[in-house]
Amino acid sequence: MSSISHILPSWVLTHGPALLVVLPLLMAVLVALLPSKNTGAEKIAWMAVLSTAIICAFIAFGILGQVVSHGPVKYAMGGWEPPIGIGYYIDALSAPILLLITLIAVLCTLYALPSVVAEIEPKKRSPFYAAFLVSFAGLLGMVATGDAFNVFVFLEVSSLSTYVLVAMGASRDRRALTSAYKYLMMGSIGATFFVIGIGFLYMQTGTLNMMDIARILQDVGPDSRVVKLAFVFIVVGLGLKLAMFPLHTWLPGAYAYAPSFVTAFLAATATKAALYLLLRFGFTVFDPSWTFISKFFMYLLAGAGILGMLIASLQAIFQNDIRRVLAFSSVAQVGYMLLGIGMTTTLGLTAGYLHMLNHAMMKGALFLAVGAFWYRFGITQVSDMRGLGKTMPLTMAGFTIAGLSLIGVPGTAGFVSKLALVRAAAENGWWWAVGVIVVTSILAIIYIGRLIEQAYFQPAPKQGAATVAKNEAPMIMLIPLWILALSALVFGIDAEWTTGLAEAAAHVLEGGPILNTPPLSGGH
Amino acid sequence: MNPHVILRVVAKMLIPLIALFAFYVQFHGDFGPGGGFQAGVIFASSIILYALIFGMAAAKKAMPPSWVRIGMSLGVLLYGGTGVATWLLGGNFLDYTRFAPESTHAAGQHWGIFSVELGVLCTVACAMLAIFYAFGSRVQDLSDEDW
Amino acid sequence: MIDFFAHYNYIVVVILMMTGLYVVFASSNMIKKLVGLSLFQTSVFLLYITLGKVTGGKPPIVDPSEFKNDHGGGHEVAQATHEAATAAHDTAQVIYSNPLPHVLILTAIVVGVATLAIGLALVVRTRETYGTIEEDEIDGLDYCTNLEGHTGS
Repeated sequence: MSSISHILPSWVLTHGPALLVVLPLLMAVLVALLPSKNTGAEKIAWMAVLSTAIICAFIAFGILGQVVSHGPVKYAMGGWEPPIGIGYYIDALSAPILLLITLIAVLCTLYALPSVVAEIEPKKRSPFYAAFLVSFAGLLGMVATGDAFNVFVFLEVSSLSTYVLVAMGASRDRRALTSAYKYLMMGSIGATFFVIGIGFLYMQTGTLNMMDIARILQDVGPDSRVVKLAFVFIVVGLGLKLAMFPLHTWLPGAYAYAPSFVTAFLAATATKAALYLLLRFGFTVFDPSWTFISKFFMYLLAGAGILGMLIASLQAIFQNDIRRVLAFSSVAQVGYMLLGIGMTTTLGLTAGYLHMLNHAMMKGALFLAVGAFWYRFGITQVSDMRGLGKTMPLTMAGFTIAGLSLIGVPGTAGFVSKLALVRAAAENGWWWAVGVIVVTSILAIIYIGRLIEQAYFQPAPKQGAATVAKNEAPMIMLIPLWILALSALVFGIDAEWTTGLAEAAAHVLEGGPILNTPPLSGGH
Repeated sequence: MNPHVILRVVAKMLIPLIALFAFYVQFHGDFGPGGGFQAGVIFASSIILYALIFGMAAAKKAMPPSWVRIGMSLGVLLYGGTGVATWLLGGNFLDYTRFAPESTHAAGQHWGIFSVELGVLCTVACAMLAIFYAFGSRVQDLSDEDW
Repeated sequence: MIDFFAHYNYIVVVILMMTGLYVVFASSNMIKKLVGLSLFQTSVFLLYITLGKVTGGKPPIVDPSEFKNDHGGGHEVAQATHEAATAAHDTAQVIYSNPLPHVLILTAIVVGVATLAIGLALVVRTRETYGTIEEDEIDGLDYCTNLEGHTGS
């Protein structure tokens, strides 16, 4: 990891936090300027997106290396030191998420080239890539910034472009329009709740810098009603964004009808960034040792997690659309993460965070595979999957590996994080939670097993007299799918690196509010 | 005789004033209330008023949609470019003091904010027009009974 | 009752917020829902503007004449300081309203406009595709597609 830090010029590392956000935004504008009529433009747009994502991934890698070796990275926008100016603050909690978002973006962009050609009308392709870059920049900004209001701005930047991306699925399925509309309604209400919460925090503290808020909140104490109100509004707002169980209704539609590569990207990153914000606010801005917050985590967050795990898993079993199965499973998996976070113990937080990283890999792979099924055979229904094991063996194998990881079969990444979660629950004495994890894993066997059974144990459909010929997805779609599926395997066998990252993040969370503002490393 | 002659005459007198006021708000933003966003909206409103009175086709002739599209992007590029320029001058992103480091009265801040606000003006005005064009161009498809 | 009038702007905020949310949830017309959403967002703008009010505060614009006064003698200093612990500014001892919430809310207004524009664009597309903007009718139309199993257009 340190070797990559050496490749990058030190200037890039110093200005990395700003560069991560500015580069995709400016590239988005340039891509939007491309003429939409000729077909060469979309290729240029694709290359611009890919190179941006790759550069961002390198920067994120470099920043992660710096965070691991030297501690948090800070950056003062405009040279104005926080709390006066907007400060960017990346620590062990946010750096892995930045890396996750950029890497998933690289893989999804690779996949996008054939998939966008198949799914998006020609004249909309360059703007589509531009919208994707804006969404990408928004997600990175949300995670990198240390300013509470800046979070809202980037949250909306990424959400607004995401609504557009989801609606672009309309050329494939008209239900994308109503899904995007529903997502817009719920997402805007969520963001507005969040901004009300920030307003109350500002009312109480008079500052917007997260560390400054945390410092002043320590003096204010837990009894202020304004602070309690701010906490509730922020959590509900973020809960909508991260699809916490009863607030998840936008998610299945948005995932099911968006263009394939958008679904994969969203499933792997968007809810994770929102979950990161919940951790950031719940643990490092508010003090988790305050009674109303610890009670909230224990009862409401863990409770919502458990309910989500059970109900969404059950719902996933009864879906006919493959992507809806996976979408409901995403809600259930968010439940696992919330359960881990709700324990507020080291083990619980580590498990929740680890599951967040692992889930991004396997859900990304699953959605990419489903996109490939559609690309070749136009398959969206579970019943149409029959015989895919023979007609698309490589794609289906990648799907199977990621699916097994989702179930939590030993040797896969999903097993590592589920085991960590079980251990954490056992340590806490939450034996009922262990029971629920086992039950939902069985439910996962049913809903994933249903898909795999169709693919391998049902004969391929007949086309005239002969069965449908083998028709593998193109290489450029297979490579990202297999990279994600293999990483779900590799991090299941050797989980040292991911567990280390999760432990470092849990360490940050355990430290409670981050109050100190040592001198900035950036710029001057 | 055109039934809207009064409207047209009044609008013809008002539109340049509205546009001028937009620039006043823009350039006075350094010293008083105002700035790129407000100015952009006011400027866009002058063209929207033109479109309402003289028709969409005339407005599109005066301010072609292709300009609007380029203008939206140019504004952001101006904003981002200011930041990139401060980077090239060795400062943090958008560290305007780098434009005139020796200045005692923060001339760098003036220049930086001026160029950023110009970018905001450009983007906001064009984005407002783009929204208006996008919705306004569709009206012909609907008959009165549809609504 | 005193409390009621002292906090009347908060009460306005709450009423607007609840009206907006109610419209979003209760109405099935997509345009009406967007109206509700805008109302809901507007209430937050008012909340922020309320935060920016400092009792006795002036608009936060430096008056050049006051600026010169301050440099020359500063005879208003004594009068201003005792009522303004908040105005911790050395050059001009005048109480200003807090401009920051206004700037913040300008951003939020932009976001609101963008949301509304995207929402309306979606409504236009929905109407072109489905021929209606009533959500229950759209559900009905989609129910048929769901039953047939084929995927829309």
